[in-house]
Amino acid sequence: MEMPTPNQMVLDQKATLVARLTEALGDDSVIHSIEELRAYECDAFTAYRCPPLAVVLPRTTEEVAAAVRICAGMSVPIVPRGAGTSLAGGSLPTADCVILGVARMNRVLEVDTANRFIRVQTGITNLSVTGAVLGEGFFYAPDPSSQLACAIAGNIAMNSGGAHCLKYGVTTNNLMGVTMVTARGEVVEIGGAHLDPAGYDLLGVICGSEGQLGIVTEATLRILASPEGARPVLMGFDSSEVAGACVADIIKSGVIPVAIEFMDKLCIHATEDHAHAGYPLDVEALLIVEVEGSAAEIDEQLTCIKEVANRHNPMVLRESKSEAESKAIWLGRKSAFGAMGQLGDYICLDGTVPVSALPTVLRGTAELAESYGLRVANVFHAGDGNMHPLIIFNANQLGDLEKAEALGADILRLCVDAGGCLSGEHGVGVEKRDLMGHQFSAADLAQQMDLKDVFDPAWMLNPAKVFPLAVSEGRRSGAGTVRG
Amino acid sequence: MERGLFVADMLSPANEAELADAVTEATATSTPLEIRGGGTRAGLGRPVQAEKTLSTSRLAGITLYEPGALTLVVKAGTPLAEVEAALAVEGQMLPFEPMDHRAILGTSGEPTIGGVVACGVSGPRRIQAGACRDATLGVRFVNGKGEVVKSGGRVMKNVTGYDLVKLMCGSFGTLGVLSEISFKVLPKPEAEATLVCKGLSAATGVAALSAALGSPFGITGAAHWDGNSLVRIEGLEGSVAYRGEQLQGRLGSGWEIVTGAASAALWREVRDVGPFAGCDGAIWRLSVKPADGPVLSDALRAEGLDHSALFDWGGGLVWLLAGEDGDAGASLIRHRIATMGGHATLVRASAATRAAVDVFEPEPAPLAAISAGLRAKFDPAGVLNPGRMG
Repeated sequence: MEMPTPNQMVLDQKATLVARLTEALGDDSVIHSIEELRAYECDAFTAYRCPPLAVVLPRTTEEVAAAVRICAGMSVPIVPRGAGTSLAGGSLPTADCVILGVARMNRVLEVDTANRFIRVQTGITNLSVTGAVLGEGFFYAPDPSSQLACAIAGNIAMNSGGAHCLKYGVTTNNLMGVTMVTARGEVVEIGGAHLDPAGYDLLGVICGSEGQLGIVTEATLRILASPEGARPVLMGFDSSEVAGACVADIIKSGVIPVAIEFMDKLCIHATEDHAHAGYPLDVEALLIVEVEGSAAEIDEQLTCIKEVANRHNPMVLRESKSEAESKAIWLGRKSAFGAMGQLGDYICLDGTVPVSALPTVLRGTAELAESYGLRVANVFHAGDGNMHPLIIFNANQLGDLEKAEALGADILRLCVDAGGCLSGEHGVGVEKRDLMGHQFSAADLAQQMDLKDVFDPAWMLNPAKVFPLAVSEGRRSGAGTVRG
Repeated sequence: MERGLFVADMLSPANEAELADAVTEATATSTPLEIRGGGTRAGLGRPVQAEKTLSTSRLAGITLYEPGALTLVVKAGTPLAEVEAALAVEGQMLPFEPMDHRAILGTSGEPTIGGVVACGVSGPRRIQAGACRDATLGVRFVNGKGEVVKSGGRVMKNVTGYDLVKLMCGSFGTLGVLSEISFKVLPKPEAEATLVCKGLSAATGVAALSAALGSPFGITGAAHWDGNSLVRIEGLEGSVAYRGEQLQGRLGSGWEIVTGAASAALWREVRDVGPFAGCDGAIWRLSVKPADGPVLSDALRAEGLDHSALFDWGGGLVWLLAGEDGDAGASLIRHRIATMGGHATLVRASAATRAAVDVFEPEPAPLAAISAGLRAKFDPAGVLNPGRMG
């Protein structure tokens, strides 16, 4: 992994930097000892590690702004961090950076069910947002699998999705406003409790900008009335391609389920050993299709869906009969990533393809895996084409990681060539940075970097992410040579 | 003068490459361009002083339509009617129910899909299905330097690189000229019904809309004007009937159910702000916290701004029709917005008024600097709709 050469002048000023940050934020908000910094050397993308120069954990927006001003004044890069659950290395430090973590800023600031919004500090976990409004019959829709741990800050940075975004959209569709600290340390308000922007849609640009345009400290989120009920149906097929074709037909039928999840045989077996969800073990692929509403409405929708499914000769077609059964079906799906750990180390990809291309991309993925001699399990949000191939490898075997990474890059290229993209919900981070040239032309990337220039002229926020280093080199202030 | 680009002062490139050539030429010669689709929304924003008009009308046609993936890719100059007709064949629709501005602006011609996106136009279903920007999955455009740029794509989940799609949507042609757009589309509901209650005040009506929107019954429209409160539900036949009954029980007596074509007609009227069509005066569009809608209207009336108000989006979208004398109510409206939050846009007024008052909500200094910075980066020579957004 190439990273920019650390700025020696910054490294030399560590003592001054720590003193200034401590003076502004207090002793208990600054971490700088070598041992303690280890905890921040990576996020959930663990293949690469680098301890930062220091970590600050502010308690208020004003403290965030103060820390940013201190860093800006000393030309110290800042890596913003939510809960550190990025699978793309979105908060991987550089040796000369300050990690600015918002984990302590986890309060609910305002709940307004009459106007259907909640305002929170962004260190709050995703699941806690729903927790704060559940009692009043509301929920926050985006539900990444890591929702127990991941922070709203990171959800906004990566425009996170989840299983239910086929119906409810991803973070950007549910984000109404932010309080943001700019690269210069100014505090700005964008959007709010009203819908849609006044001028240019800066909110839409900030969401998904991977912490490179500003640090979002507070957010106004849209909350929705909880449905009366929900019920999943399990379908098993004798091939992944037939399951993929069934997905497209369900969507075309006119009923939009809240979720359509896909698991292949390798994943089903690993998950069943782990979660005992009652998944059929003799099928090649299964779909979990969920609909919402009253009991009668659910019956009406499932009748349509089962009719479509039956045209594809499912080996299993099983409707959940109880709340407990529904829970088990989802527990299996949500624990799939954990369960896959039994099979070895894995890399989780995140390419998205048009739903119509699912069968060919699944076939292509299997062929690529075979040619590399590696196993790939598939578990993903099929309704929106967001694939999650899990490449299984052995980290203790020399060269295996590199082989897995090369296979991953080939699979992602396949996704782009099929009309899709490199990342559906995890973000580019450092992980997919060097593949950006496969999806975007030089002019496309230059226009995106123009945007970065406007928000962060010195390129101090979340360095070395999103853009290939060689492409951004001329724009990065004081960018040194690239080291291996 | 090559390839037939120039017809009088109207440029009509036939494809994206010609579009890029036309913008490159304009930049080289510092010739400001007014970007035009169907021209039905040309009066939105501040008046543009341009030497030439750049029309997208020949950049037309559907590039790709995959009903099973809910995806449509279409060239920017394609008439909206053509897009909607193609979707209707497959029983699908644009989710965001774009408003037709012709009635209130008194324009004629055919709206284009590029104009819809450039102006960020959404209708009543925005509260449930999202805005134009939410359904726009990808764009191709030519920036002010004459470069072809793409962002997003044609898949529903895409976090690869910065989201320039959102930036282009609603940027009124000031950052680039759209050449092709991809959308997420939705199945057209099998049935629709509207609950109508007559005689409620704006405050009581909006409170009822809020109660409906806080229910689990999937409200896709919530509007109030002139003593009429409307709540729309859409979906499968049986489900619409069920939810209609449930809402009647929840909202109390006085709510009648209107179905089918009669329901659709009500929402076309709300979508296009029908009650204000053909009326003289300035038209403002305000986006506020829903409960603030009627409060704001009452406050303005108390301060002496005589007006009619139509509330959509559960009260959060307020259309105001006021006299055009003086500043057309600008200072009173802006003062209220400053204390309550939200924003106000002057949608219809004479060119003189639109040149004299801020059409868009003024931005705080740090954001204004970002907006100006974006314009300078995307259109360094200032040739694309100069002045339209300030």
